[in-house]
Amino acid sequence: MKLRIALPVLLAALALPALADNYSLPKNAAFEEECTSCHIAYPPQMLDAHSWLHMMNGLATHFGTDASIDDKRRAAIADFLAQNSGGRKTGRTVDARGNPLLRITETARFEKKHRKVDAATWKRASIKSPANCGACHTQAAAGDYSERSITIPK
Amino acid sequence: MRHILLIAAAVLATNVYAETPRDFLTRFEKEAGAPASAERGARFFTTKQGGEWSCASCHTEKPTQPGRHARTDKAITPLAPAANAERFTDAAKVDKWFRRNCNDTLNRVCSPQEKADVMAWLLALK
Repeated sequence: MKLRIALPVLLAALALPALADNYSLPKNAAFEEECTSCHIAYPPQMLDAHSWLHMMNGLATHFGTDASIDDKRRAAIADFLAQNSGGRKTGRTVDARGNPLLRITETARFEKKHRKVDAATWKRASIKSPANCGACHTQAAAGDYSERSITIPK
Repeated sequence: MRHILLIAAAVLATNVYAETPRDFLTRFEKEAGAPASAERGARFFTTKQGGEWSCASCHTEKPTQPGRHARTDKAITPLAPAANAERFTDAAKVDKWFRRNCNDTLNRVCSPQEKADVMAWLLALK
C-alpha cells in the first residue's frame, strides 16, 4: 500500500529536472553566426523538427524580413535544428489544422507558461513583443528560462 | 624560392579573405561606372526607400553608434568602419547583408551606385 503512494511521488520527483526551463544550447558555429545576428538563439527544443524544416525552407520571407543564407549553411543548420528539436516538453508544434507552427509564441507550451501575462505587459516599450525573450528572461541568450532569472521590466 | 611562394600565398590569402572597406567602395564605383557621392549616400541611408524601414531604422542615423534591430530589439554593433574594424572586411558577408537588407528596405536589390554612395558616406564618418 505504502509503495503504491511512494512510487508515483518518487517518479514525479525524478521527472522534476526535466520540467525545469533550462535548455542546453548545443554548440553549432553556423547556427550561432547566422541565427543570432538578428535575434537571440531560440532554443531548438522549442519547436518540433517539422516546424524547423518549414522555417528553414522559407528564410527569404522570415517573419517579414529577408533572412536568406547560402544553401550549404542552410542545409547544415536545418540538420542541426532537426537533431535538437522538440522532444517531450514541447510535443508536436502544430496548429489546430495540423500545419507546422513557426512562431514559438503560438505553441501550446508557450501559451500555457505565459497565461498570466496580460496584453498591456507585452506591449511595454521595454518588452516590445512576446518574441523578445530576453526582455524578461534575463539569461535567455544562454538558454536559461528558469523562474529565478525572470525580471519583468517596467 | 620557398619564401617567395609563401609570401605569394600570404598575399593571395589576404586578397581573398581580408578586404578593406575601401576595396568595396572601389568595387561598387567600378560596377556603377561613376564616382560615389557621400551626400547621396547619407540621404539614401536615412530616408525610407519604399519599404517600412530605412537603413537607419536599425543602424541609426549615426552609424558610428550601436543600433538596435527594429523588430527584435537585438543590439547591432556600429556599421561605420571608423567605429568598428570588423565591418566591410569579408565580401561574402557584405554581399549577404546588402542582398537581404536592400530587399527589406527597398523591396529590390540595391544598384551598384547606391552601394557605392552608402560606402562613401560610411567611410567619411569619423
